[in-house]
Amino acid sequence: MSIDRSDIEKLGELARIHISDENALASAQRINEVLALVDQLQAVDTANVEPLANPLGARQRLRLDEVSETNRRDAFQATAPATEDGLYLVPKVIE
Amino acid sequence: MTWETVIGLEVHTQLATKTKIFSGASTEFGAAPNTQACAIDLAMPGTLPVLNAEAVRMAVMFGVAIDADIGLISAFDRKNYFYPDLPKGYQTTQLERPIVLAGKVDIQLDDGSTKTVRIHHAHLEEDAGKSLHEDFHGMSGIDLNRAGTPLIEIVSEPDMNSPEEAVAFAKKLHALVVSIGICDGEMAQGSMRFDVNVSVRKKGEELGTRTETKNLNSFRFMERAIVQEVARQIDLIEDGGTVKQETRLYDGDTHTARSMRSKEEANDYRYFPCPDLLPVEIDQAYVDAVRASLPELPEARRTRFMDSYELSAYDASVLSDEIATAAYFETVASRCGDAKLAANWVTGELAARLNSEDVLIQHCPISAEPLAALIARIIDQTISNKMAREVFAAMWEGEGEPDAIIEARGLKQVSDSGAIAGMVDVVIANSAKQVENYRKADEAKRPKMLGYFVGQIMKASKGQANPKQVNEVLLQKLDALL
Repeated sequence: MSIDRSDIEKLGELARIHISDENALASAQRINEVLALVDQLQAVDTANVEPLANPLGARQRLRLDEVSETNRRDAFQATAPATEDGLYLVPKVIE
Repeated sequence: MTWETVIGLEVHTQLATKTKIFSGASTEFGAAPNTQACAIDLAMPGTLPVLNAEAVRMAVMFGVAIDADIGLISAFDRKNYFYPDLPKGYQTTQLERPIVLAGKVDIQLDDGSTKTVRIHHAHLEEDAGKSLHEDFHGMSGIDLNRAGTPLIEIVSEPDMNSPEEAVAFAKKLHALVVSIGICDGEMAQGSMRFDVNVSVRKKGEELGTRTETKNLNSFRFMERAIVQEVARQIDLIEDGGTVKQETRLYDGDTHTARSMRSKEEANDYRYFPCPDLLPVEIDQAYVDAVRASLPELPEARRTRFMDSYELSAYDASVLSDEIATAAYFETVASRCGDAKLAANWVTGELAARLNSEDVLIQHCPISAEPLAALIARIIDQTISNKMAREVFAAMWEGEGEPDAIIEARGLKQVSDSGAIAGMVDVVIANSAKQVENYRKADEAKRPKMLGYFVGQIMKASKGQANPKQVNEVLLQKLDALL
């Protein structure tokens, strides 16, 4: 599998990242190198191998359903660009 | 050529945990904006999610209640998209390995038959925050209290063929999740939200192109949205057009739906396994323990109501579907001692009032105990049914306990047999003509003629004579004249 410049532009759009023309070409090249490595990995027969989520075979630990967080709104909102009535304000969202 | 409608549902159900799915922030409804949004919910750098055990238990509880296979190993994925009420830039959800696998839900149709709706799967995920679009100087306001509230998204197979079936299924799911205590069922607060997938086809043909209408939060909206969408698709095709695969948004204020985005410009969510969360592993013993803790399901309750209270299938079904209604009814029945009368009141006067005032039974201004006390006054013949309805209305308005209202309004009915006999004698003496007609009438016609006498007696007693006794005494005395 390989990707071209238009794929990079689409990914940039989805990730809301501006990618300049010269960067687009270079990025496509670098990502294709990674994909070549992936192709190599995918060539290995793993039909009888259980997928591994992490090298230790660890499983998710669970947390008790108890409230442990307090209201720290003032602290969080101190770094927000705009707030009002306890709300975070963002550029108008139009569906 | 007749059209067939094909409907599948995706149901977002908020789980009734005390805290978020990945953080220890409270999920309580109605708090001031952003006071329950902690660093994890806000996606502050350096935070990591830790899964809530109770959310897992509730999801498994749903699974065993619909007879589903449980994913003993399930895993979380990231669904990437940008929206201000999703601070992380992705929703943590389950795509490849959901916790609840295929199951089924039986629905009862109007003709009395039962239909099985297959559940494709149900998965755990987090809810987003809320965007408030009223004008804040040209900006939108964001409240992240809801961000991270645990949800299960229940995905049905396209097994429903009419709006009625879809609503019956939605109501059945609602009753189920509330009954097993995993959701508070408060639709107005968004505790259950529906996305409906609708397509039409000519009978026997391949499935048509479907559209998805999102975010319906009431049964009525859902029904209207489906009816409209089916009509729109059929019109489109009959006019020579084709249905485009698209997402539509229903507006409950205007009762119209509009296209939100079409498939061509659809979001590419770029799902991938969430590196912050390990696979969730549960064992069969855990699933068995959850199954053993399953409370009575609506289905079993209905059968029990029919058996132990001798209720009709209809009454039993109405009273058993929602656990709040069932609990209310059972309290009234045991306190007043007459299950049939209790059922009549709960499905009749009470249901009508709740319906007309649009109040849920859990918020009913008359709780079960006072209603039982009122019914007890009918049973001991202190008041008639008619008077009881008056007392009921006064109780609804908050005028107090039934006995106090009966006393204050002088509503006691006359059950003194001597007094009633006296009134009957007077009316018979003053109604020579009617008595003569009664005597000459066919036996079959006589019962209908009693109405006149009863009316006169009730009038004489100012409506306070015990109607049952009046009937008995009257019949006795008239028959003596034959």
